[in-house]
Amino acid sequence: MEKVSVITGVAVPLERSNIDTDQIIPAVFLKRVTKTGFDDALFYGWRQDPEFVLNKEPFKAGSVLVAGPDFGTGSSREHAVWALRDYGFKAVLSARFGDIFRGNSGKQGLLAAQLAEADIEKIWALIDAQPGLEVTVDLPAKTVTAGALTVPFEIDDYTRWRLLEGLDDIGLTLRDEARITEFEGRRESWRPTTLPVK
Amino acid sequence: MTISDSPVHRGKTLAEKVWEDHLVVKGEDGTPDLIYIDLHLVHEVTSPQAFDGLRVAGRPVRRPDLTIATEDHNTPTAAIDKPIADLTSRTQIETLRRNAKEFGIRLHSLGDVEQGIVHVVGPQLGLTMPGITVVCGDSHTSTHGAFGAMAFGIGTSEVEHVMATQTLPLKAFKTMAITVEGELRPGVTAKDIILAVIAKISTGGGQGYVLEYRGSAIRSLSMEGRMTICNMSIEAGARAGMVAPDETTFEYLKGRPHAPEGDDWDAAVEYWKTLRTDDDAVFDAEVFLDANELEPFVTWGTNPGQGVSLSQPVPDPSVIIDPNERAAAERALEYMALEAGTPMKDIAVDTVFIGSCTNSRIEDLRAAADIVRGRTKAENVRVMVVPGSARVRIEAEAEGLDKVFKDFGADWRFAGCSMCLGMNPDQLEPGERCASTSNRNFEGRQGKGGRTHLVSPLVAAATAVRGTLSSPWDLAIDDARLVNAGPSTGSGNGGI
Ligand code: SF4
Repeated sequence: MEKVSVITGVAVPLERSNIDTDQIIPAVFLKRVTKTGFDDALFYGWRQDPEFVLNKEPFKAGSVLVAGPDFGTGSSREHAVWALRDYGFKAVLSARFGDIFRGNSGKQGLLAAQLAEADIEKIWALIDAQPGLEVTVDLPAKTVTAGALTVPFEIDDYTRWRLLEGLDDIGLTLRDEARITEFEGRRESWRPTTLPVK
Repeated sequence: MTISDSPVHRGKTLAEKVWEDHLVVKGEDGTPDLIYIDLHLVHEVTSPQAFDGLRVAGRPVRRPDLTIATEDHNTPTAAIDKPIADLTSRTQIETLRRNAKEFGIRLHSLGDVEQGIVHVVGPQLGLTMPGITVVCGDSHTSTHGAFGAMAFGIGTSEVEHVMATQTLPLKAFKTMAITVEGELRPGVTAKDIILAVIAKISTGGGQGYVLEYRGSAIRSLSMEGRMTICNMSIEAGARAGMVAPDETTFEYLKGRPHAPEGDDWDAAVEYWKTLRTDDDAVFDAEVFLDANELEPFVTWGTNPGQGVSLSQPVPDPSVIIDPNERAAAERALEYMALEAGTPMKDIAVDTVFIGSCTNSRIEDLRAAADIVRGRTKAENVRVMVVPGSARVRIEAEAEGLDKVFKDFGADWRFAGCSMCLGMNPDQLEPGERCASTSNRNFEGRQGKGGRTHLVSPLVAAATAVRGTLSSPWDLAIDDARLVNAGPSTGSGNGGI
């Protein structure tokens, strides 16, 4: 996984709340068996509308999504994160995230930054006044800067550290393999196994 | 933790107990805990990239004996002996078959007697049991919490992580008690409880929490009813839902293929009986609901929190104070093509779908069959009944339920996710309106442009009879028939 540090890019306002993962990527695209190439599927339903923000300049080339509260709720599909990443988004800013979406983002190097709702609205206003505005999301400093405005964001320390170091989860866990084996030795025999019965 | 660490010594919640029993490594300084996973359920949609990741890294599946796979999301529910017509669906299924073989994982394929929706298959085999941790690359894994298991949905990276290590690094969840006291009226079911809970706390209200459902109304539910409730915990934003195990749980489990036997059974039950929230435990949040007041419930919008009692009209967005929610409600009504003030019961539907991991178990089918028995469906309504697993289908046929549904005019299908999501051939046409026993009414969830009203199997059945959204109370049905169809008696199962 690539290291994440300071991200600067065109901010894309998505002024809706409760954007669930079905809207980020409809179920029909989940049939693919690859882990990349989902850029065409991002917000597929909404992108059919020429007025949708990603169909308009200068937002087409955006890399920082500024969304309403409760972004990424609903289904656990990690494809939502792949689609955002493949499209070119590096960070999503919102006042609240769906838990699974937030977890998935951290694992794929997509920065899910939680801002105060009032700050999101300020950034929307700034973009409104200056479409194409570039914002800077500074992970070491945990701040977002848009024009003259600098506001803090929240991210849990562990995810932040892993993003900064670009660390792969499985490798980290396997450092504790001896303890996993030891735990397995203590498991009670009534616990289920899936081996066929009879 | 020693007692002196905290000023007030307090007991533990059910969730905390299960969590602590699975600690492999306790996290320090903000690092997550490493939690052992007892059971990993796999299906075709969220697994291919995980298997791919293992292959790239040259890693095996650590515990194939704690892993089981089934085909459900993409499978057709008719003509299942023919090759799957949709090429991408077929590729996904064939990829799972190849991966299961290569990595040595037990798989129940289309046509197999144990095939079905992953969340129906686990409990039915007796794999889901109290005090275990269950994960699956599917948000409705929360279903399994009905047994007092800690069960939650994970993303594909986590699927790969569990395959490789049989553990997950996780931060402890907060706990929320949802207490439902009282007695449900005949015709009101577990589905109405959970729809009312979500309407009350909203789709974000459970975020970061494990919900523990408690109170007399929950205790009197069958396992099927408890699964329906836990299933939809995710629709309130929660990671998981749980119900403390009791005699109902043990009764359901005993004798199932994977349930413990002999001394193991005794040891397990002894432990399971300790799995309840201590009287002096403290929840991070609490919610109360009065079961006596509940009526059959229905959603009017495009998220599961947008629901009302069936006796109510479509709500008026202009009275909603929160601007975001008001805008969401306005957009929802536009998508749903509904006018504020229209009585919910005047809304005509095109399709009725009885199925999905929320409501496709044998008890759900019995409840619906009790309503439609001896009746004929409304003329312009298409009615689909889709058992959750091949086993449920066989059981239903042995009881003659297939005949009840067919005589009614319904389409009796093979097992799978079916019309719950637009991924297999069972889909709504654009603009079509559906009363559905599934769990999500998102825009386009059941097919592009489709409009979904979430309901209980009883409401679905009554709606199929009348052609408009209907409560079983709208039919001339004596209470006895409703009680039999209701949740608290074990539904013709001989009671508890
Ligand atoms: S029935 Fe629906 S909610 Fe359940 S697993 Fe299948 S697609 Fe998901």
